[in-house]
Amino acid sequence: MTDIDLLPSEIEEDLRDSIRSLLESKSDSAFVASLYDDPDTDTSALDAAWAEELGLAALLVPEELDGAGATISEAAVVSEEIGRAVAPVRFFSSAVVATTLAVRLGATELVERLAAGEAFAAVACPATSATLDSGVTVVESGEDAVVNGTVPGVIEAAGADELIVVSGSGDDTIVASVAAADAKAEAFLTLDQSRRLADVTFADAPARVLGRGAQAADAVRAATVIGRTILAAEQYGVAQRSFDLALDYIKERRQFGRTIGSYQAIKHRMADLWLAVSQAGAAVTYAARVASAWQAGEETIEEAELCSLVAGSYASTVAVNAAEEALQMHGGNGMTWEFPLHLYLKRAKADELILGHAAAQRRQLAPLIDITLD
Amino acid sequence: MSTTDIEQELTTEQQAVVDAVNAAAAATTAEMSDQEKYGVQFDHGLAWVNFPVGDGGLGVSTSLREFAADQMTKAGLQPPPRGSNTIGFGMAAPTIVAYGNEEQRAVLRKIYTLETIFCQLFSEPGAGSDLAAVATRAVRNEDGYLINGQKVWTSSAHNADMAILVARTDTEVPKHQGLSYFLLDMHAPGVEVRGLRQITGEAEFNEVFLTDVQIPAGYMLGEPGQGWKISNTTLNNERVAIGGGNPREGGMIAQVAKTWRDNPEYRDPLLHDELVRLWVEVEASRMMSERLSQKLAAGQPGPEGSGAKLAFATNNQLLSGLEIALSGVDGLRYDTYEMRRPVEHSMTGRIPGYRYLRAKGNSIEGGTSEIIRNIIAERVLGLPGEHRVDKDVAFKDLPK
Repeated sequence: MTDIDLLPSEIEEDLRDSIRSLLESKSDSAFVASLYDDPDTDTSALDAAWAEELGLAALLVPEELDGAGATISEAAVVSEEIGRAVAPVRFFSSAVVATTLAVRLGATELVERLAAGEAFAAVACPATSATLDSGVTVVESGEDAVVNGTVPGVIEAAGADELIVVSGSGDDTIVASVAAADAKAEAFLTLDQSRRLADVTFADAPARVLGRGAQAADAVRAATVIGRTILAAEQYGVAQRSFDLALDYIKERRQFGRTIGSYQAIKHRMADLWLAVSQAGAAVTYAARVASAWQAGEETIEEAELCSLVAGSYASTVAVNAAEEALQMHGGNGMTWEFPLHLYLKRAKADELILGHAAAQRRQLAPLIDITLD
Repeated sequence: MSTTDIEQELTTEQQAVVDAVNAAAAATTAEMSDQEKYGVQFDHGLAWVNFPVGDGGLGVSTSLREFAADQMTKAGLQPPPRGSNTIGFGMAAPTIVAYGNEEQRAVLRKIYTLETIFCQLFSEPGAGSDLAAVATRAVRNEDGYLINGQKVWTSSAHNADMAILVARTDTEVPKHQGLSYFLLDMHAPGVEVRGLRQITGEAEFNEVFLTDVQIPAGYMLGEPGQGWKISNTTLNNERVAIGGGNPREGGMIAQVAKTWRDNPEYRDPLLHDELVRLWVEVEASRMMSERLSQKLAAGQPGPEGSGAKLAFATNNQLLSGLEIALSGVDGLRYDTYEMRRPVEHSMTGRIPGYRYLRAKGNSIEGGTSEIIRNIIAERVLGLPGEHRVDKDVAFKDLPK
């Protein structure tokens, strides 16, 4: 426990610098806002930059599969920066959750395509699902399967090349992959347009079985724990950036002949927010370090799961609170399109529901800490 | 771990600690009294390893204190219980070592051996959060200083042999400039300690009346007028002393989680979510304290100390309030309101009602949560200071 190092490593700081400068140059807030006016805004240059040039699509892929073999702590740093920039990149859905499933199930060919940035994948479950369960019918015959059903609100399904379907639980778990051309993904206008959702329909869609039984169940659990940890890091990034924007603003904005940051009512709220955001950062770093230790075989999945639920439930609440507070501190300007606050609020509120909202995560946490209702 | 492993990994400073521990262990015998054993530890520089040699230290960095404590435990050396002399250890000693002359620093050994118990004569009825407003006077005379005034909320004054005292030596200058810092003999004539009954019923702290108390000139720490600066050293040490080092589910959360587990009949879905939410909150706060201590150990002091104090107070109050609700009608039982001196400062030894009432003090003692928020806003976030009407006015001209 106490040997978990919470200070950033040099590798992590270098990674942070490179992704921050990339996102600043290729995905500033005006670019993100343009996705609200035109969802078809061309993001291919950004995709090529993060996925291929920086190699972030291969970040969590083991070295023996030609990946970067990075730790979850390093992926968390990337995710923090994505949150800071509300960047419209498929890192969480494709490079973390889908890639983890593919790697753990030994879907080598898919992993290679994902790692190279040639293809993106999405897990076809409702964004709010805490278990990645797609809720569709998968009928197997050997290595092939046929998928039927509709999945509402799938993260970044539109534009993905592969849709991964998770069905059943425990020994009945099946994970299968459907080519995008064999399914119908209809993107809809989303609260957060920087991470769009789509309704996905499978009508006798041909699929390849990637894994089944206990091995598949383990892969789904791993992808959930890692996904939740990485999402929490993104939420911390959203929270920290919202806080920074608010702090800069209240130091400049003058009303009644003084900066609004000199009013004690504002100062005290900022002190409370700073505390919450700092604690979220510590909980996220801790969870990512524990997950990395688990990945290295030095920690149990139970501990990684517990820490992911602590970080996830805490950071999701803090991110929404920070974005809401930042908007309020901006007064009328906070309600306008020209200030970036709306981007942060929308991302924070949408993230709050992904993989289960904070209360659902606390309910999942309760038995792990022996505080049960019955 | 083998001896060679240790030797390979030790830095020069760590080696100095290990050598001192070995020497102190060799000089300690079973026949010695506790006080004598503590004296041996002091003489070998193990009282506060970061203090200078001769003052109970080895002159190594503060981050080695935990390492030294571990080494002492391994060598079978029992340090004195800090709770018996909290003010002495946490506040008086670091201030005296920073500002005391050689004669004054002689008391450090007695603090460590528990021969001299300290209290802190800072707060007054009119000067709590606004500490610089203290009105207790220290008037120069041929023998030193004559002290008159009243202090309040002074923990442990009834047990104390010495006090650190802030008093006003000059009323002609603005309030921050006219203060001086003294060591006071609590057994001197004119010192009267009266137990102050508090909300829990017990008398944990006191009123202290100082009537024509004569202090020798050599009892002033630093120079006349330096009192504000020196007392800030004391207060910074006070806040650093709080928070950190708890295991998961340690402290108040352990107590409340136990109450939940022991009382299935009072479980309620909304209280359940509240408890799990606070469990998460405490865990996040613990991670932040852990990160702070790692930063300190790496020589990167962070501003999180004030945050830890703020979080501790808020969480303790919410948890102790929740515990009453989770205890059903038993939550309303109280053990005793009899006015007595507390035997120990443990929050967990008594009943939920006591914890609820006592925790109310957590957001007041050691700086109110409002003052802590000001400190975070101004010193960490760089926001403007509060508007001050008393800064450039002589103390004697301030409206009282």
